[in-house]
Amino acid sequence: MAPARARHHTPGDHTLTTQATEALPISISNITKTYGPVNALDDVSLEVKSGEFLTLLGPSGSGKTTLLMVLAGFTRPDCGSLKFGDDEVIRKPPHLRDVGMTFQSYALFPHMTVAGNVGYPLRLRKVPKSEIAERVEGALETVQLGGYGDRRIDQLSGGQKQRVAVARAIVFEPRILLMDEPLSALDKKLRDQMQIELRHLHEQLGMTTVYVTHDQREALTMSDRIAVVNHGRIMQLSTPRDLYERPANRFVADFIGESTFLAVNRAGTDVRYGETPLRYSGDVPDTPDLQLMIRPERVLLSDTGPVEGANNFPATASDVVYQGDSFLLHARLQDGQQIVMRGAVRGDRATSLPEPGDQVTLTMAPEDTVLIDGREV
Amino acid sequence: MATTALRPNEAGLRTDGRLERLRLFGLSSPAMLLILIILVIPVGWLFYVSFIGANGEFSLENYERMIKRKSYMRIFITTFQVSVLTTGLCILIGYPLAYFMSQLPNRLANICLITVLLPFWTSLLVRTYAWLVLLQKQGLVNQWAMNLGLWDEPLKIVHNMTGTLIGMVHIMLPFLILPVYGAMKAIDRDYLKAASNLGANPRTAFWTVFFPLTTPGLFAGALMVFILCLGFFVTPAVLGGGKVIMVSMKIVSNIELFVNWGAASAMGVVLLIMTLVILWIASRFLRLDQITSGGH
Amino acid sequence: MASWLKSPASETQVTHGQRLWLYVFAVITMILLVLPTLIVIPMSFSDSQYLEFPPDTWSTRWYDNFFGSEEWMQAARTSLQTAVLTMLVATPVGIAAAYGLHTSNVPFVRMAFVMMLTPMMVPLVLVAIGAFYAYVQLNILYTVTGLVLAHTVLALPLVVIVSGSALKGYDMSQEQAARSLGAPRWIAFFTVTLPQIRFAVVTSALLAFLTSFDEVVVAMFISGGDNPTLTRNMFNALRDQIDPTIAAISTLMIFVTTVMMILAQIFGQQNKP
Repeated sequence: MAPARARHHTPGDHTLTTQATEALPISISNITKTYGPVNALDDVSLEVKSGEFLTLLGPSGSGKTTLLMVLAGFTRPDCGSLKFGDDEVIRKPPHLRDVGMTFQSYALFPHMTVAGNVGYPLRLRKVPKSEIAERVEGALETVQLGGYGDRRIDQLSGGQKQRVAVARAIVFEPRILLMDEPLSALDKKLRDQMQIELRHLHEQLGMTTVYVTHDQREALTMSDRIAVVNHGRIMQLSTPRDLYERPANRFVADFIGESTFLAVNRAGTDVRYGETPLRYSGDVPDTPDLQLMIRPERVLLSDTGPVEGANNFPATASDVVYQGDSFLLHARLQDGQQIVMRGAVRGDRATSLPEPGDQVTLTMAPEDTVLIDGREV
Repeated sequence: MATTALRPNEAGLRTDGRLERLRLFGLSSPAMLLILIILVIPVGWLFYVSFIGANGEFSLENYERMIKRKSYMRIFITTFQVSVLTTGLCILIGYPLAYFMSQLPNRLANICLITVLLPFWTSLLVRTYAWLVLLQKQGLVNQWAMNLGLWDEPLKIVHNMTGTLIGMVHIMLPFLILPVYGAMKAIDRDYLKAASNLGANPRTAFWTVFFPLTTPGLFAGALMVFILCLGFFVTPAVLGGGKVIMVSMKIVSNIELFVNWGAASAMGVVLLIMTLVILWIASRFLRLDQITSGGH
Repeated sequence: MASWLKSPASETQVTHGQRLWLYVFAVITMILLVLPTLIVIPMSFSDSQYLEFPPDTWSTRWYDNFFGSEEWMQAARTSLQTAVLTMLVATPVGIAAAYGLHTSNVPFVRMAFVMMLTPMMVPLVLVAIGAFYAYVQLNILYTVTGLVLAHTVLALPLVVIVSGSALKGYDMSQEQAARSLGAPRWIAFFTVTLPQIRFAVVTSALLAFLTSFDEVVVAMFISGGDNPTLTRNMFNALRDQIDPTIAAISTLMIFVTTVMMILAQIFGQQNKP
């Protein structure tokens, strides 16, 4: 089972900490899993750095959960290699992989108390009874449920169940943590709170964490890096910022944030929208289907007509939606394409939003103008 | 080769997968082995024996006998009669009872359910015996009926078809009621409200909305009753008084009295095939798990 | 009372009064369902040679007859022994099969499941004569072993169906959680899954017991000699003459069944930690 490791305590404090150097890197190579004609995972390779918080982000059926299950050992791939640190584990059964895991449904054992649940992995590892009680309480305190040991599972709220599940997954100090959409069953307020708590927990314990979610905002909030997954392949692996600012393709650009896309074309060394050359930043992807990604919050509504040095789009407002803290402006460009723009409601705007039918000038700064490969992936 | 390098561990993983699947499937092997040895092989042997004639060689005489001899045909007809009548009576009596139960609040419905299940858990023999006693000439039924003035002379309601049917219906009712009741409980009450709202009077609402939704459960229950009746032995043997001879009884007497394995096994094979054909027809309309769980 | 009759009984606003016939019919039917079973009990205490109800004089002579007869006692021993052994064999074998079929995704799972159900589909009398012949060949005719094997086969479909359906409604991710925490499959099953399908396990055991205890047709052929079952002897007695001892035995059988059901209720309760 798990080798004994030095545990670090500040005197009087029972919470867990793990040195970052103990966390393991994960090396995923050429993992393929097919179910009949369907490619659930298509030659996936990925390196997860030691101590990193990496999120697998994608829509349902993208393969993200399948990949997590391969990491845990519940799904056997057709081929591939999986290494935790230097150990090849691809053929190891789940109970020997020594990873902590939380499930979407929490999977807490209803016939045991909270302490019974959290102590389960320690009992399996033949930890002496007295030590179990101490470590269980430590884990519970780490998730802010100190003293809850005697509660029954059906007495807990959703958020509490979630924490118990985490406590159970970390009590035996695994060096890798896998989380399968742990927050999807919680309401929004709780979810936002838990996102921050889980992030803090990660910083405190330092274990390599692979996190699965379909919620892009959640991924952006919590991750060191995000792997966007679709059709069993990794679309892009980057930091949240790079993912948002420089998406590699249309799918990623569409999945993260809200955008509209304008078809643009090349003319010699220029990139043009219609006849107008664009001022842009970043690279021009080599693709027959070049598109301009328009993030609603990066578009500005000019009160004074075209702005010098920026990209200007004269348009006709078709829909204006007041949303309290912001407003949405749907506008139709001269060639018929639509843009969506989001602006803050402040000062003048509060009383004078444009009306449908108004002629407006929308502008984008060159730094905000990003070109992407518009092909379907 | 480049291709093998890109598919690492493929052989090993495949072996692991196979082993695991085998191990899990192997958990069911004791059960399958038992069924194979005690059931499948002997029945297969009986199938074989049915084609062996009196002279020890291959012959169809056992099957011919069933078609030619009037007594055998009568036995099959009787068996069908009893099965159809029992199933029909169970539907007529069981459906209203199930409906009644489904309309009760949960507490009362559960009490009624226990009442229905109580005989179910009691030994078949005990129940058959009880009816034997109740239906005799000096039995309770005759006594009370005469006291109430329903008839003057004690009626012969046992050791004949009447007694057999009464006993069979009593035994089979729970088998019909349970799936039907299950189907009824599963019907969303809103359907009936909608029907009323759209203009249906209670009778129309029942026949056009409620009843059709219960047909899977009714079908499953009736099917189970019918199949059970076909092969039934104890109750007709005791309550029929020798006048109601079902296929199962003939098979038993063929072995016990005449040691005629050929005849017995042929009849058994026919009974089995009838059962399988009926099940197959039913599977066109119901999935197998619906039959075992009562239509839902 | 009159107002109750007029009040609506259902969503379609049918009144109780209109349904009175149904209520009367249902109550009568339920009485008729329960009555026969209960009637044997007072009858067994009747002193008369002829089964009569209500009994003129009360006595326990038929019980004395039963307990005093070595033959009946032997039969009772055999029946109870067989039933308990059947329960102990059929329950684990059936649950293992249900679990194996539920978790393996070999292509012939459906076929295997149908095979598990064959004892329910083959007419009982055919099973009986088949077993009779087989046992003569295997030289286990008239043995408890033979009885237990045959009754186990009869009970297996029930066990597989009941525990199979419990497994279907069970959240397997709990077993996965246990395995991710370090438990090999069999430990995960015994410590996490089994306690939660407790009710199904106990019900299966009860069904196995009752299937064996009440079984008549197969026992008719393969029990006898030193090991006749209670049901076999009862059936023969019924065919010959109506011996009131049977009423006493029936009452005792009802008693045994009731005790088993109460035990099942007690052990089947999902335990709270």
